[in-house]
Amino acid sequence: MDYISVQNVTFQYESQDDTETVSKKQVLNDISLEIKKGEFVAILGHNGSGKSTIAKHLNAMLLPSSGKVFIDGMDTADEKLTYDIRRKVGLVLQNPDNQLVASIVEEDVAFGPENLGIPSDEIRERVDEALKAVDMYDYRLHAPHKLSGGQKQRVAIAGIIAMRPDCIVLDEPTAMLDPKGRQEVMDTILKLNRENGITIVMITHYMEEAVLADHIYVIDNGKMLTSGVPREVFSQVELLKKHRLDVPQATELCYKLRACGVEIKELPLTEAECTSLLKEVLR
Amino acid sequence: MRDITLGQYFPSDSVIHRLDPRVKILSLIAYIVLIFCTFNFVSLALMAAVVLLIVLLSKVPLKMYLKSLKVIIVIVVITSLLNLFYGTGEPIFQWGFIKVTWEGIKNAIFVCVRIICLILSSSVLTFTTSPTDLTDALERLMKPLKIFHVKVHEIAMMMTIALRFVPTLLEETDKIMAAQKARGADMESGNLITRIKALVPILVPLFVSAFRRAYELAVAMECRCYRGGEGRTRMKQLHLANRDYISIVFTLLVIAGVILLNIFFKFAV
Repeated sequence: MDYISVQNVTFQYESQDDTETVSKKQVLNDISLEIKKGEFVAILGHNGSGKSTIAKHLNAMLLPSSGKVFIDGMDTADEKLTYDIRRKVGLVLQNPDNQLVASIVEEDVAFGPENLGIPSDEIRERVDEALKAVDMYDYRLHAPHKLSGGQKQRVAIAGIIAMRPDCIVLDEPTAMLDPKGRQEVMDTILKLNRENGITIVMITHYMEEAVLADHIYVIDNGKMLTSGVPREVFSQVELLKKHRLDVPQATELCYKLRACGVEIKELPLTEAECTSLLKEVLR
Repeated sequence: MRDITLGQYFPSDSVIHRLDPRVKILSLIAYIVLIFCTFNFVSLALMAAVVLLIVLLSKVPLKMYLKSLKVIIVIVVITSLLNLFYGTGEPIFQWGFIKVTWEGIKNAIFVCVRIICLILSSSVLTFTTSPTDLTDALERLMKPLKIFHVKVHEIAMMMTIALRFVPTLLEETDKIMAAQKARGADMESGNLITRIKALVPILVPLFVSAFRRAYELAVAMECRCYRGGEGRTRMKQLHLANRDYISIVFTLLVIAGVILLNIFFKFAV
C-alpha cells in the first residue's frame, strides 16, 4: 500500500432546502488515489468539483461515507489515530489570513508544535528551522497582518512544517495571491518537495501549477475524470475541454495549430517546450 | 485607521520592558491598592515619586504619557472640583452656596494625584508590555483559578485570537465602507440616528465575514492538532531573572514604606 491510499471513497452530506425536504448531496463518488512518499501530486478540478473535500479527507477532518482512507497504513476512521494522522499530514488552506493564530510570526509557527506537547527548546529549534525553510526567518518578529499575501501563506506553510509532517496538503494555496505571491509560494512548495523530500498534494485550478507535478488527478463533479503524468493528462485536450477544464496555454496553442494542419507530434506543456517546438516547425 | 496600535505598546529595551510581565502585572495591582491606602501627604508623595521613577526608567517618551493623561483630564478636573466644594469643616472662602475648606482642598489634591498616578502606572504596563506577553502572563497568573473550573486556557486563547484579528477586521471594515460608498451609501451626513442606521450595511457584511473567518480558523487550528490546553507546551517560558527579584523586593519595600509612613505621620495632617 502506498503512503496515502484513498480507496473507493464516497462522501455525501444531508442538506435542507427552503421547503424543509432533506436531500442527500453526493460530493465524492467512488474516488481512489494512491500517493507515494516524496511524490508531488496535483488534484485538478472546478469550483465545487469536490476537490477541497478530498483534501479534508486526507487528514481526517472529514470521514468518508463509504470507502477507506489510509495514511501510512493508519485508517482515518480510527478516532484514536486522528492526531497522529494530522501530525503527519498537514493541511494548508486557501486564505492565509484565516489560518494564522498569533500576532507574532514566530509564535504562530510555534502553535502546532505547542499543541503536540513538544519541549520548549525543541519548539524553538523547529520554529527557526521551519521559518528558514520557507525563507521567512528575517520576519520572525513581525506581525502577520503587515506581511504580503505570499509571505502570509509561507508563514502558514512554516506553521505546518514545524510539526515535521511527512506530507503537506495544500488546498488552493495560491488562489488569493497576486502573481508575485503565487510564484513565491510555488517556489517554496517545490523546494520542500525536492530538497526536504516532503510529499506534496496540491489542489489547484491553475494548469501552469499542475504541470510541475509528478502525477495529476482530475476530478469533475465528484468523480475521477482522468489521471496520469502531466503529459498524459494534458494530451487529452478534447476530454478536458468537454468538461470545461483548461489546458496550459502552450498546450492549447499547439493543439489548435495541429487542428489547422500544422504537423505537431507531441503537445508541449511549458512555454519553453512550446517555443523550441515552434522553432522546429518553422524551420 | 489601519495603524492603530493595540494597548499602545512602545518597543524599547529598558529595564522595565525586560521585566517579567507577571511581575509587572502583580506590582501594578499592588500599586493600585496602595494608592488608595495612602492617608497622608508623605505617603502620597512617596507613591508619586515611585511612579515618576518608573516612568523615567521605562524610556518611553514623556509625550506618550501626557497623551494618555489628556484623555482623563476632564475627569480629574470634575472630581477635584467636586471634592473641593464638598469638604467639611471651617470654610476659608465662601460665595453663595460654594464654600471652600482646608478639608476640601486636601481631598481635591489627593483625588487628583491618585488618578494621575493610577493612569501613569497602568500606562507603564501597556507601553512596556506587548499584548501577547500580557495575555501570556495573564494565562499563567490565572492558572490557580482552574480549581474553581475557570477555563483559563480558553480565555487566554480567545484574547490572543481577538488581538490577532483586530487589525484584520479593521482592514475589512475599511474595504466594506469603501464598497458601500461606491454603491452610493451616505455615512457622513444626517443626525445621529440616520448615521447609526447607515452603519447597518457595514456591520452586516462584517459580521457575516467574521463568522466565516471564525469557521475557517477553527478548521485551521484543528488541522494543527489543537485540542485545548490539555498537554500543551509553550515555546516561550517565563523565567524570573535577577531584575525581577529586585523589582519584587522594591515593591515590597514600597508597601512597607507606605504602611510605616501611614503610621508615623498619622497626626501630621
